[in-house]
Amino acid sequence: MQAIGLTGVDWLIILIYFVFVLSIGFYLKRYTKSDEDFFLAGRKNSSWVAGLAFLSANLGALELLGMTGNTFKYGMYVAHFYWVGAIPAMLFLAIYMMPFYYSSRIKSIPGYLKLRFDEKTRVLNGIAFGIMTVLVSGINLYAMALVLHTFLGWHWDVSMWASAATVAVYVTLSGLMSAIFTEIIQFFLIWFGLFLVTVLGIVEIGSLQEIFNRIPEAYSALWSTSSDPSQNGMMVTWAGIVMGLGFVLSFGYWTTDFLVVQRAFSAKDMRSARMAPIIASFFKMAMPFIVIIGGLIALVLSRDPSSGFSLLMDGDKINYDSALPMLIARYYPTGLVGLGVTALLAGFMAGQAGNISAFNTVWTYDIYHSVIKKDASSAHLLWMGRVATIGGILLSVVTAYWAKSMPTIMDYMQAIFSWVNAPLFATMLLGMFVKWITPNGAFWGLLAGMGSSFTLFLAVKYDWISKSLITLSDVTSDMAANFWRAWWAWLICFVVTIVISWFTRKKPEEELIGLVKGLTRETAGKPVPMLQKPEFWAVISLIVLIALNIYFW
Amino acid sequence: MISSKKEMKSIWFFVGLMLTVIGVIIFLTGIYYWLMPAHTQTVLEHLYPDIWWGAIMAIVGAIFLYNSLKWQKSKKSA
Repeated sequence: MQAIGLTGVDWLIILIYFVFVLSIGFYLKRYTKSDEDFFLAGRKNSSWVAGLAFLSANLGALELLGMTGNTFKYGMYVAHFYWVGAIPAMLFLAIYMMPFYYSSRIKSIPGYLKLRFDEKTRVLNGIAFGIMTVLVSGINLYAMALVLHTFLGWHWDVSMWASAATVAVYVTLSGLMSAIFTEIIQFFLIWFGLFLVTVLGIVEIGSLQEIFNRIPEAYSALWSTSSDPSQNGMMVTWAGIVMGLGFVLSFGYWTTDFLVVQRAFSAKDMRSARMAPIIASFFKMAMPFIVIIGGLIALVLSRDPSSGFSLLMDGDKINYDSALPMLIARYYPTGLVGLGVTALLAGFMAGQAGNISAFNTVWTYDIYHSVIKKDASSAHLLWMGRVATIGGILLSVVTAYWAKSMPTIMDYMQAIFSWVNAPLFATMLLGMFVKWITPNGAFWGLLAGMGSSFTLFLAVKYDWISKSLITLSDVTSDMAANFWRAWWAWLICFVVTIVISWFTRKKPEEELIGLVKGLTRETAGKPVPMLQKPEFWAVISLIVLIALNIYFW
Repeated sequence: MISSKKEMKSIWFFVGLMLTVIGVIIFLTGIYYWLMPAHTQTVLEHLYPDIWWGAIMAIVGAIFLYNSLKWQKSKKSA
């Protein structure tokens, strides 16, 4: 069933967007002269540009559709992904980790692992990250085609190839620079294209308070039902939220996933690099006003038979992802529909570009330059970056077709994240803050963490063990299992890394200066007014976070 | 900032251009359907969201455009 119909004006807006992003790619090519321009956007971005790109790299359309749908399914608990599950990690990155990342002038996260530990740890993470980005990129491409087919009736192959080709053109031409430009444009398109849904939904229902009044407490509370998993829609306890999501998954993603951190690396100086995640944190906290409130509006309307609103059905199953498109179809007249669809398309394509620009960097620096051609010149690396972009896009298309033939691959998405990011966070944390952690400890700890995460996923999926064994609760859900699996993978990596480090050879301390806390001279930097200090804005961000959690408690 | 390279336009110029162009199209479409109502109906269409939302978008885009052009001009004269 086709949910949204497009008119000539809507098509015109979509066409303008495509022409616009391609033109930006061609325009920026003349400014892309070196490998640093291509992979790090010349390290000349302001904190605002780096900050908005930092957030937008994570703000794909799949996330928008998925999180709105998840809110319909789980209720207000999904807001944890935007608040406790993101903000503390972003602030920790800005205040404690960015100084090490930025001052060591690394070009990627695996690059830090090489300096702090050794080549094998770097290559292990580089390969894992490369596989993850290509898989995620391909699965996103498949999901995008599926969404466009379901909601707009577009041909599966045409929508997939058209968007893949567009991304390939503009990322190949100017790399991270054009990816960042389009990500920021996407940020504004998403807000203008989708926030109106929330505004009109609140107007129709009456008020924000009325939305909360018309849904059960299990769906409207944020923390007050978290002591008993049977009392909330997500069936998870506060411990699972805090340790699994708030600590491991969140810190693993926001502090070590090169896809987002690469944007902060593109900042022009240390202060801008540190401000980037802090600026992003304010906009991250605002996102629930699109996705969470949108999901709750859909929930309220669907519970009211007189509204005539319902989600699409896939056979006898509810298609939760249809919540946002069905609201667009309900409220948006001609022209605005084109804007809403363009916002979703922009989200899909910017997400794709983000994955590909991170992939081409890690491939070129951490695998090709590190293992295959160590004497490559800047011009050669620039050329390889462009080849890797096209190669990455083609691999994504192959993955997308693979996903199409095997729909259960979507189930592995969450597993992929906790497989790579959760253990890596333990490695980075120990590496940055404990000087006696050894290269062998880091390598084997990382391998054990990655292996255990994947094994636990398979064990639960194929009923080798009970899900309640890892969630420590009789009442549980897939989401709760994800949180807890990440926690165990992190813990295993943490413990194995420490134990092996006790018995293996340490790196000389002089090689760790600038990479480890305690061995690095704290540089005061030039004095700046209070309002320009990252620490000041981090505290403000934290206060807003606490206020939101109390308000929606 | 990306735009600090010689002659390179600021990202905010492109943001402004995009918002202005799309905002104006939505605004004009809203005016057209206000004068000649369409057969298809949406909830709350009597609030004319396309007219005021398109206008807001175009105004925000114009502010971005103006500021980025002003910034570029001041940089050239410096």
